[in-house]
Amino acid sequence: MRAVDALMECLKAEGVEVVFGYPGGANLPTYDAFYDAGIHHVLVRHEAGGGHAAEGYAKVTGKVGVSLGTSGPGATNLVTAIQDAMMDSVPVVFLTGQVRTDLLGTDGFQEADVIGITMPSVKHSFMITDPREIPRVIHEAFHIAGTGRPGPVLVDIPTDLSRADIDYVPVTDVHLPGYQPTTEGNAKQIRQAAKALAAARRPVLYVGGGVVAANASAELLALAHSDRFPVTCTLNALGAFPASDPQWLGMLGMHGTRTANYAMDEADLICAIGARFDDRITGKLSEFAPRAKFIHIDIDPAEISKNIPAHIPIVGDAKNVLERLVVEYNALDTDPGRLEEWWQRLGQWQAQHPLKFEESTSGEIMPQQLIKTIMKITAGDAILCSDVGQHQMWAAQYYDFPQPRRWINSGGLGTMGFGLPAAIGAQLGDPDRLTVVISGDGSIQMNIQELATVRQEGLPIKIVVMNNGYLGMVRQWQELFWNERYSQVDMQTHGGEEAFPDFVKLADAYGIRGARLTNPDTLEEDLRAAFEAEGPAFIDVQVAREENVYPMIAPGEAARNMVG
Amino acid sequence: MVETNELLSLDDLEAAGNIRSGRKHTLSILTENKSGVLSRIAGLFARRGFNIDTLTVGPTDDPQISRFTITIDGAEHSIDQVTKQLHKLVNVIKIRDLEPDETVARELAVFKLAVDGGARAEVMQICEIFRGKVVDVSRRSIILEVTGTTEKIEAFERMVRPFGLVEMMRTGEIAIARGRSET
Repeated sequence: MRAVDALMECLKAEGVEVVFGYPGGANLPTYDAFYDAGIHHVLVRHEAGGGHAAEGYAKVTGKVGVSLGTSGPGATNLVTAIQDAMMDSVPVVFLTGQVRTDLLGTDGFQEADVIGITMPSVKHSFMITDPREIPRVIHEAFHIAGTGRPGPVLVDIPTDLSRADIDYVPVTDVHLPGYQPTTEGNAKQIRQAAKALAAARRPVLYVGGGVVAANASAELLALAHSDRFPVTCTLNALGAFPASDPQWLGMLGMHGTRTANYAMDEADLICAIGARFDDRITGKLSEFAPRAKFIHIDIDPAEISKNIPAHIPIVGDAKNVLERLVVEYNALDTDPGRLEEWWQRLGQWQAQHPLKFEESTSGEIMPQQLIKTIMKITAGDAILCSDVGQHQMWAAQYYDFPQPRRWINSGGLGTMGFGLPAAIGAQLGDPDRLTVVISGDGSIQMNIQELATVRQEGLPIKIVVMNNGYLGMVRQWQELFWNERYSQVDMQTHGGEEAFPDFVKLADAYGIRGARLTNPDTLEEDLRAAFEAEGPAFIDVQVAREENVYPMIAPGEAARNMVG
Repeated sequence: MVETNELLSLDDLEAAGNIRSGRKHTLSILTENKSGVLSRIAGLFARRGFNIDTLTVGPTDDPQISRFTITIDGAEHSIDQVTKQLHKLVNVIKIRDLEPDETVARELAVFKLAVDGGARAEVMQICEIFRGKVVDVSRRSIILEVTGTTEKIEAFERMVRPFGLVEMMRTGEIAIARGRSET
């Protein structure tokens, strides 16, 4: 059997249903094997799109995504997606073609040292040097990508090795002596954490993407409801705790709610679960949560005490740890009345500082209103795939996620151009659910070629572009911190003349129905009509140009000094 | 500690980890003997901003396994964070932060000195005190070999430098745990 045919058998054995890729010279053998392998291959229009699509698929399904590219530029085009998957702990296996082994190191045509280039960006990578290794390596790659703290794994296969004949024997186990993630939390530490929670008078549960990755939402809800513990989530964890719950404080961090950030500031105990104290959460590190002690639950020991020293560290899988933490907590004799004062304080903040925006006086659609309208139309039931910028923050603030794996965005790396391709993967991962892209006029143009993929795959994705003709978040920072010197952020004009692509015509050229919405009074019915029509839609929504995202912790500032 | 149902006081909790020890640490690391392991380790140190003082790599008695011995300044870095990050590398099998008192550490150094006549005799005398060896001698130069801890090598260097040090080469430390236990 050819090694590539064995590769197909391995993918099927791993339960792979769909892959995202782009063929080229060095992976021709692999594509020959795809010809009749019976695996759904999505032909993207740029390898970065394929990488993000695999991430979107993985984020929605919880399964390992697969993305392919050829050698050289095919491989280097994947680098952004690889780093994105690394930052957000997304399980994706990347398979790259490589030049023949006799050309390696000779600067051969389309040769790039992708193993070297991506070394800091992968959870692990394998360079195939013997075709007989391929089956074992593929299974090891899936195992590493999908277990422990998930992440990207790269397998680079020289083209002569991929077409070599091997004796294929199915691989049933993996042997990785240096890879044994700890999933069971330490019992003593869990008991200690329960006692600390019982002693706390101003506790907060600070929830990160690890809870989504571990499918631990039910356990989180149980812990929160085992008393009246207030809950806040990071950008990547939105949906891990239902936004409709009375114990929900909203998102925390740079554009989080004042309540969530003030709660962190005044908390006496913060229980961090699958979160990593990113700078967008802590603001000024030395003034972050100055009164708090920290329980830190994470499957990655290196996250514990990396930025903030933990008082009760627990290494383990969030689902395993939370389940046992609830049991331990419920066994304690606790005083439910002790949180009364804290909830009064939280309630005051919630009443004084709700998320708010002013309606336009000049008849423009407000961006926040657009998100609220999408929320209303979809009843919170859609998968929202976001790009990066102001629209992302408004979506995070104003869309109330009822469940995890509905909010798909690039959090850690902040990759513009992520949203549209991610939606392709998300829609294929959950074909019956309404999938909506929230993008900006900047972000959408970073991977707009994927409209062709949407069309060719016949995916009914609704693409909403919040169009203010600016690179809005950069403009906001230039307004606030650079004396309104708007440098290279206006995307709309040239010499005072309109110089902007007509998105409706562009969508039309791709065979996708386009619409331009400008009227706030008919926004809901216009959006509803676009969402209800069959097939994909590209909805260009003209919004107020210079609206800012508030509230905001200015970079390097303390949470209590939020502005806006 | 007696397990009780009593609540603890938050004030009594103390943070662990991320503490700088202030001394030199010797990490003995077993890895799979595969291509790229050295660049993974070196790359990790570079991107996390950890400075390596010395690094040696060599085979072990098992051909599948290599050993890295890395010395690093615990005043500058949290050794806890360094070892945790190293453990994340899939090819890293085991890391031991060797206790100085329970470790035999050795480094090999060779020194080339421009000496002749009377100075040569004096240098050879110093060499003997340090239990070093003369490995090459010419009319106007001498090469000495010294083995020992980093401190001993540095002491020797201070002694011979004034005689006209042409060059010096050091291997970096290897270290082995004392007693019966494996390193």
